[in-house]
Amino acid sequence: MLNLLQKIRAIVNKTQVFKSIFRHGYPDTDGNRALVMFSNVILHLHPVRVRRGALKIKFTWCLGGLTFLFFILLAITGVVLMFYYVPDTRRAYNDIRDLGTVIYFGSLFRAVHRWSAHAMVFSVWMHMTRVFMTGSYKPPREFNWVVGVILLVTTLVLSWTGYLLPWDQLALWAVTVGSKMAEATPFIGAAGPFGPELGFTAENDMAFALLGGTVVGQSALLRFYVLHCLALPLLMALFIAVHFWRIRKDGFSGPL
Amino acid sequence: MSDKVSDLAQDSSKSGRLASLIKKTAAEKVEPEDTVLVWPNLVYLELICSMVAVAIMLFLSLVSPAPLEELASADTTPNPTKAPWYFLGLQELLVYFDPWLAGMVLPTMIIVGLVLIPYVDPNPRGKGYYTFSERKFSMLGFGFGLALWWVLIVVGVFFRGLDWSWYWPWDDWHYHQPAGAVKLVDLEIILQNLLGLSESPLVTLGRYAITTANLITWVLFLAFYAVGFTVPFLFFRDFYRRLGFVRYNLVMVMFISMMGVPMKIFVRLLADVKYVLVTPWFKI
Ligand code: HEM
Repeated sequence: MLNLLQKIRAIVNKTQVFKSIFRHGYPDTDGNRALVMFSNVILHLHPVRVRRGALKIKFTWCLGGLTFLFFILLAITGVVLMFYYVPDTRRAYNDIRDLGTVIYFGSLFRAVHRWSAHAMVFSVWMHMTRVFMTGSYKPPREFNWVVGVILLVTTLVLSWTGYLLPWDQLALWAVTVGSKMAEATPFIGAAGPFGPELGFTAENDMAFALLGGTVVGQSALLRFYVLHCLALPLLMALFIAVHFWRIRKDGFSGPL
Repeated sequence: MSDKVSDLAQDSSKSGRLASLIKKTAAEKVEPEDTVLVWPNLVYLELICSMVAVAIMLFLSLVSPAPLEELASADTTPNPTKAPWYFLGLQELLVYFDPWLAGMVLPTMIIVGLVLIPYVDPNPRGKGYYTFSERKFSMLGFGFGLALWWVLIVVGVFFRGLDWSWYWPWDDWHYHQPAGAVKLVDLEIILQNLLGLSESPLVTLGRYAITTANLITWVLFLAFYAVGFTVPFLFFRDFYRRLGFVRYNLVMVMFISMMGVPMKIFVRLLADVKYVLVTPWFKI
């Protein structure tokens, strides 16, 4: 049986189609195991070899990787949800309700999206805590820590913008609390210190820019939708790429 | 191949890196047993981690689907209105600080403070391993901020009910807590009554009528920072010398402000002080 499989593999490995996709044999020899890291775009995020210490789970607790995994899960389930959701205050709520009632697996996709969002926020915090506790931000990795802070903030803003989309009471009022804070921004908020003195009113201040109006309404929903489904994920992907690139360049701080 | 061994890239000077690239074959021969191939060692580890995580997500999703409440309506305000849990620390701060501080200035300071960390920590030890004894101050400082953040979140999630009042887990959320008899008073009023100071302003700058009591609150507020700045400067010379002038000031602004947050919370809880400093434009 094993013999047969090996024979099939040997034949498959020699076909033109296989060779056009993979530039090497199955990674069961050291040579091929190195080649697979070079020639696969996703695996290429890794080096070919790592120090033994870097494998210790109790060093990273897998937290950076888990954060990335949750981001991927969110992207996949998010795309599915987008097929059914229209950011229109008159139908958004019903679209979400339909996901739970009439759409096959709609409830599951929505639940995974929600849970992954919670998990991502949690794991990105714990990842930052780990990086601090191991002192991994010290030279030469200072800038990657800064990139990390950008990722942390982007994660939080992504979650927050997504919170409005179901257009239920939870959504509306959670975002209202947030927009009250934007209103109170010093200098550029209508209710903030020196805001009125500088000519800011409810119709031109920070909260107005965020909501596209004075209340959480249709323009706010559209803004949050575009930010949540397009702008912020792109930003996130960009900075994750920088983050990973820097880890490859600076090496991993793990124990020898 | 072993130019991918992460160690070598750590040399950040360009010529150093080039030199190590050139020497790569030598390096490979010296210590191959310190490193392992990523495939299969790391790739499989990641695969297993991912599968466990996805399984947990699926399990949670099946057990507890995403909530959907009533249709949004501007007419009925839920009580309490809670932001998602990770923002409840900030929302909890709203009890003690005005929105411009709790929602804008403090979060900005947290972000700026986080960004500064690698640039103000000159301690070369404790890089790449867990240690407390080799970096006590940074561990305690960061740990304090982190603990504060999580405590506030836990309070916001589990102990705040109707009207954002304090509810123990065994209290019934259907009933409003009796409105507290405490009346919050500004620090300057307390001082005024305590010291028998005059209410008439010393100076009036536009809208700002500065009384003696108000002036004292300014002095106290600035003294909080001044003392915080000078004490380590005078008594922990080593600490100051290691940081240097610029780093020292950045660290102290952040650190003292961070300590100010629980201080204000205590002043509020113990002495019913609403604001410690009042001006026509902002109140702290
Ligand atoms: C979307 C968010 C993020 C993702 C996907 C991510 C991903 C990763 C991954 C996969 C690693 C490899 C080691 C590990 O798994 O722990 C890593 C390392 C690192 N991360 Fe993140 N990260 C994120 C956010 C952050 C944040 C918020 C910080 C800090 C403020 C940060 C700072 C760092 C640093 C300095 C390293 C190098 C650690 C070392 O060499 O030991 N990252 N990140």
